[in-house]
Amino acid sequence: MASTASSPAPASASETIIEVRDLHYSVNGRVIFSGLNLQIPRGRITAVMGPSGTGKTTLLRLITGQLRPDSGTVLFDGIDVSSLKTRELYALRRRMGMLFQNGALLTDMDVFENVAFPLREHTNLPESLIRNLVLTKLQAVGLRGAARLYPSELSGGMARRVALARAMATDPDVLIYDEPFTGLDPISMGMIVRLVRQMNNALGLTSIVVSHDVEELASLADTGYIIAGGKVAAAGSFRELKGHGSQIVHQFINGLPDGPVPFHYPAPDYYEQLLTGAA
Amino acid sequence: MRLLGELTDNLRNFVATVGALSLFFGRVIAQTPRALMRPTLIIAQIHNAGALSLVIIMTCGLFVGMVLGLQGYDLLQRFGSEDALGTAAALALIKELGPVVTALLFAGRAGTALASEIGLMRATDQLSAMEMMAVDPLRRVVAPRFLGGVIAMPLLTVIFVAIGIFGVQLVGVQLFGVDAASFWSQMRSSVDVADVMEGVIKGCVFGVACSLIAVYEGYTALPTAEGVGRATTRTVVTSAVLTLILDYMLTALLL
Repeated sequence: MASTASSPAPASASETIIEVRDLHYSVNGRVIFSGLNLQIPRGRITAVMGPSGTGKTTLLRLITGQLRPDSGTVLFDGIDVSSLKTRELYALRRRMGMLFQNGALLTDMDVFENVAFPLREHTNLPESLIRNLVLTKLQAVGLRGAARLYPSELSGGMARRVALARAMATDPDVLIYDEPFTGLDPISMGMIVRLVRQMNNALGLTSIVVSHDVEELASLADTGYIIAGGKVAAAGSFRELKGHGSQIVHQFINGLPDGPVPFHYPAPDYYEQLLTGAA
Repeated sequence: MRLLGELTDNLRNFVATVGALSLFFGRVIAQTPRALMRPTLIIAQIHNAGALSLVIIMTCGLFVGMVLGLQGYDLLQRFGSEDALGTAAALALIKELGPVVTALLFAGRAGTALASEIGLMRATDQLSAMEMMAVDPLRRVVAPRFLGGVIAMPLLTVIFVAIGIFGVQLVGVQLFGVDAASFWSQMRSSVDVADVMEGVIKGCVFGVACSLIAVYEGYTALPTAEGVGRATTRTVVTSAVLTLILDYMLTALLL
């Protein structure tokens, strides 16, 4: 039986690495989250899905402490992220890696230097060791041969793979993927799916994948959350999500053009507007 | 009544911006000691802000000097004082034109480059990525660029003044036949250390102001193409206005 907004997927405390409790967040009076609860199980791949504009990326920024919630708590391994000072937050972020939608590679550095960047910033490792570590990470994503290319010379899929190598450079506990499949051709998408699965299994990471590619996520993630209307609309395995009774979940999972998320943006009456000539 | 409301809003926005800028300045200064421990980053930014501005600074310095030579000669020969051309031009360049024009050119060339670079880094999530890698962008990106600008600006001012004086000499001595010995000796006897210091102090203050405005505008730019464009425009306009206001205040203070 699928879980609902009031009872997200159960996970015991020891199995949970990230827990969001009664999260409220709004921007310029627009409510993004109103009582969101979710738990990310340790060592597994969790998908966070939802229609565009539901605040999936915002949720990631709240989890990573880039934004502070209006109320509620975000616990990372029992630590309240929103109560941390900048220095403590930066220390915590060394345990997280994040893959941004466009890769967010530093454009004034080549691929090698991008991957070496966190190592150079946080360690005093000798150059020979940094070189070996970087080449190892690049080999893992299949881009050792592109080490001296600049970000402007990479395709979208390659940029994301480099960003993945960079995110892995400091061996984080959690890897967060923000829309990793957007705008990729099927081959690149397949590569990213394989890498996410490999990283998770080989390194024992916890992965959070934010996306609205239901088919890709169904083959990749262990569990999923669907966010809509500022709350968790459904949570559980993909089989449970597909059988969920909620209309919004049904519309989202099956990609229906109309439903609780309407095809038409709210507007005055069509005929009245045409007849009266109002703008 | 509506005018009063708009005036109040503008005043409130102005005070808020000044407050935010001061706070940002404090945060950048707080990161300066750690940024100084990575001199290679600062040297790269001195190259970006300084060395890459050299051609425009030298070209403009030469032509400003040559125009000063023309106008100065025309004015002084009316009183039969052409020999004072060297003194007049040197004082004008060292105390005023050098620092002010260099600051305006710096804002147009290096300031806009800084603002758009940092703004684009914001728009393409590069700054967020750094934060996620537990690297403070203020320390890694902003502070070295700010320091690079602050160091480059007085150096550019000195080069501008030197080339400017060469330009005055080119027109005054080589073209109009002002006596070279009088030109140089009068300049040397009239221009003292205090005059040079005034120019250097102005160069340093304008360097801080223009670099701060550029990195602030870039850092706080909206992460869109329009936002970066606006930040670049504001960098030039604010830097120019602030330079002229500061120039008046410093001149009044140092006279």
